[in-house]
Amino acid sequence: MSTISYSDKIPNNVNLSEDRTLQRALEQWQPNYLAWWDDMGPDGSQNFDVYLRTAVSVDPQGWAQFGHVKMPDYRWGIFLNPGEKDRKIHFGDHKGEDAWQDVPGEYRANLRRIIVTQGDTEPASVEQQRHLGLTCPSQYDLRNLFQVNVEEGRHLWAMVYLLHKYFGRDGREEGEALLERRSGNQDNPRILQAFNEQTPDWLSFFMFTYFTDRDGKFQLCALAESSFDPLARTTKFMLTEEAHHMFVGESGISRVIQRTCAAMNELKTDDPKKLREAGVIDLPTLQRYLNFHFSVTIDLFGADESSNAATFYSTGLKGRYEEGKRVDDHQLRGQTYKVLQAVGGKLVEREVPMLNALNEVLRDDYIADSRAGVERWNKVIEKAGIPFRLKTPHKAFHRSIGALSGVKVSPEGQVVSEAEWNAKVDDWLPSGSDRAFVASLMGRVVEPGQFANWIAPPVMGINRQPVDFEYIRFG
Amino acid sequence: MDMADAAVIKQHLIDPEICIRCNTCEATCPVQAITHDSRNYVVDADKCNFCMACIPPCPTGSIDNWRTLPRIKAYGLAEQLGWDELPAELSPEQMAESGVAADAMPVAEPAAASASASATTGSEAAFNSAQYNATLPPWSAAHAYVNLYGPKAAEKSVTATVTGNVRVTEVGREYDTHHVVLDFGTMPFPVLEGQSIGIVPPGTDAGGRPHHARQYSIASPRNGERPGYNNLSLTIKRVLEDHQGQPVRGVASNYMCDLKVGDTVQVIGPFGTTFLMPNHPKSHLVMICTGTGSAPMRAMTEWRRRLRQSGKFEGGKLMLFFGARTKEELPYFGPLQNLPKDFIDINFAFSRTQGQPKRYVQHTMAERAADLAALLADPNACFYVCGLKAMEEGVVATLRDIARGAGMDWDTVGATLKREGRLHLETY
Repeated sequence: MSTISYSDKIPNNVNLSEDRTLQRALEQWQPNYLAWWDDMGPDGSQNFDVYLRTAVSVDPQGWAQFGHVKMPDYRWGIFLNPGEKDRKIHFGDHKGEDAWQDVPGEYRANLRRIIVTQGDTEPASVEQQRHLGLTCPSQYDLRNLFQVNVEEGRHLWAMVYLLHKYFGRDGREEGEALLERRSGNQDNPRILQAFNEQTPDWLSFFMFTYFTDRDGKFQLCALAESSFDPLARTTKFMLTEEAHHMFVGESGISRVIQRTCAAMNELKTDDPKKLREAGVIDLPTLQRYLNFHFSVTIDLFGADESSNAATFYSTGLKGRYEEGKRVDDHQLRGQTYKVLQAVGGKLVEREVPMLNALNEVLRDDYIADSRAGVERWNKVIEKAGIPFRLKTPHKAFHRSIGALSGVKVSPEGQVVSEAEWNAKVDDWLPSGSDRAFVASLMGRVVEPGQFANWIAPPVMGINRQPVDFEYIRFG
Repeated sequence: MDMADAAVIKQHLIDPEICIRCNTCEATCPVQAITHDSRNYVVDADKCNFCMACIPPCPTGSIDNWRTLPRIKAYGLAEQLGWDELPAELSPEQMAESGVAADAMPVAEPAAASASASATTGSEAAFNSAQYNATLPPWSAAHAYVNLYGPKAAEKSVTATVTGNVRVTEVGREYDTHHVVLDFGTMPFPVLEGQSIGIVPPGTDAGGRPHHARQYSIASPRNGERPGYNNLSLTIKRVLEDHQGQPVRGVASNYMCDLKVGDTVQVIGPFGTTFLMPNHPKSHLVMICTGTGSAPMRAMTEWRRRLRQSGKFEGGKLMLFFGARTKEELPYFGPLQNLPKDFIDINFAFSRTQGQPKRYVQHTMAERAADLAALLADPNACFYVCGLKAMEEGVVATLRDIARGAGMDWDTVGATLKREGRLHLETY
């Protein structure tokens, strides 16, 4: 029995019933949203009861309600973390002043841009992942995919709420445009390039949820510090949901590694050819996928020197990761930070004003966090007694944004010639044949408790349910 | 071994093999018991109050792990941060080695009411209330050693090593409060609850003179923050503005809050011969403090708790009146609530809880007038007040009103409290 009530059209904790303007805006937007979901949401998933986690309120007990739900009936809605009375701005030029409950006129354009950019990533990832249900390695994984999808959908709602509530007609137009852009569409693509890449197979999906959704964590953490209080509260709540997405990625890759290592030990080989014949993904291929997703994701943090980043920080729109935990002046004037640059065939560090390097600061925080997770994957390999280590490539590897874009750098951080890059690129990034091989493994497995050959079962089920639980009831 | 060490706890742990470091638990925990490094997320057994708020939001289930073990073997933060996998449950033999039966029931975590006390002693100002402040300790107080280290002692200072420094108030608040543990190694440093020590910050002031020592109340009981170790704890609030609200950067408090484990500090003291607790079994404690003045109350409460657990101490009431702006600003709020109700009678007053009228400690004291009147009349009851200077007058005036309300002559009661070493004020 589901514990979820569908009585409200738009569940919320923002007093929607008394805000006629907002109601009208959202009621108009909602059918378009559902039409978008029908067109671009998970392919062929309309009539399943899926065991989903749904938020019914923002307290710890309320936002993790589990029950079987048909996805289009998911309780899309608007939830903000409770406000903190007398919250003060804690960084930038306005430090010490009251946090803004409304948008200051002079920052309107920048705030709208930040919200639209964040909002655009949410439907984009649903679009990128829409065909994956057809090749899921298990019912457990299919459920996780759907959970990720509905929460991305709800995050879109969160951003659209802010646009409608605080940005008037402009906001409504931006809300519409979020439903009109399409991931990968040449004429009307998503704003950030990583969200126009394909997510063609489950290995890519796991890498995406590990690396790219982790970017989401860092961006949301930075926005959760914002002086614009509604944005801070919205993103704080989104973070609690984002956690599951990273879980899907980290545990997904971990299970792929576990299965591969088991096959390596069974067959007593590390020959990729033999392993591929055995139907598992060899570790060097995993490393190439890792290289690709890591490098594409760190581009998402933007240029290493950015006056926009400085402005966003100084004006209090976007803080640093864990701003509240840092012990400095929270204004950063006169401080510097080291960024990389290629000079004369070598990578050199260069001091730039800290305020202009905030994208780099966030990127470095992200890199440290990502590496820690990769080390945990290495533990799985180590446990199997196999002398192989996955590692994140150098920060300058395969970059398309900032001072490092266009420079050819090996995963180890050596600047290389165009010729050398071309000769080695297939060792460093997934080749066409790698992708074809991975695609060949993707067959649909949906019997409860059954798993595709290339991935190990999880340690435990969702919400402590058994692994062979009927996570999805078909038809 | 101290019997208190044999207590069994159920320790909350996070499975490092499953945890994905998404930070949800740390963000959810209302008492900041969860922390992390680049490797693991871990739960501080001293802070976790088993409120379970972290359990449902965890996407992995890694948060829901528990180990029953003797308190003395509780896994510390550093240990947990180094784990690749969870340790197994202790075997009955291992439990027995620590002096506890394998089937012993876990008890609640230790008392911990605290906050910093950058106490500058000697608060004999022009307050009427101060005239009732005792200049003698209660008759059954233990003998205190003082000034073992300092300008007039043979040793000018003693070196202590920081063995713990954790933040105990909500992150993102204007102020942070740290729980700092200092270890004296093999150097003698005997202390009693209610005493304070001095910290000498390194460096010099604007005039080129060495910094003055700053005094802090000790927040741990006489046998150590960890029983049987030569250590003690302080609870220190970072000072960023003075009492008038002017921006100022507290020299010692910032120095202390920024210390890392392994750093050493220069200590003088101990100080204090009067703000000491009675030791006779029938003695009652009434402790009245605001946010930052609760360190000595934590020490006294914990000593009584250890005595009670050892079975060596039969009774005596503990009443605590604890005020703060909000419960979020009250460090160790959770552990305090876990103390058995028949052990301590806790009365909180929050002055800035959203949507509720301001409540100060005096209000809660007035509500408990009947109980307090009986204790004012009981020669076995001692009263302790610690916190901001501004609270002192109101608190003592409330005691006066309660006495009068019960038909007692305050002049007699107040004079007796002072003469018998039963009322102690330490405000700053």
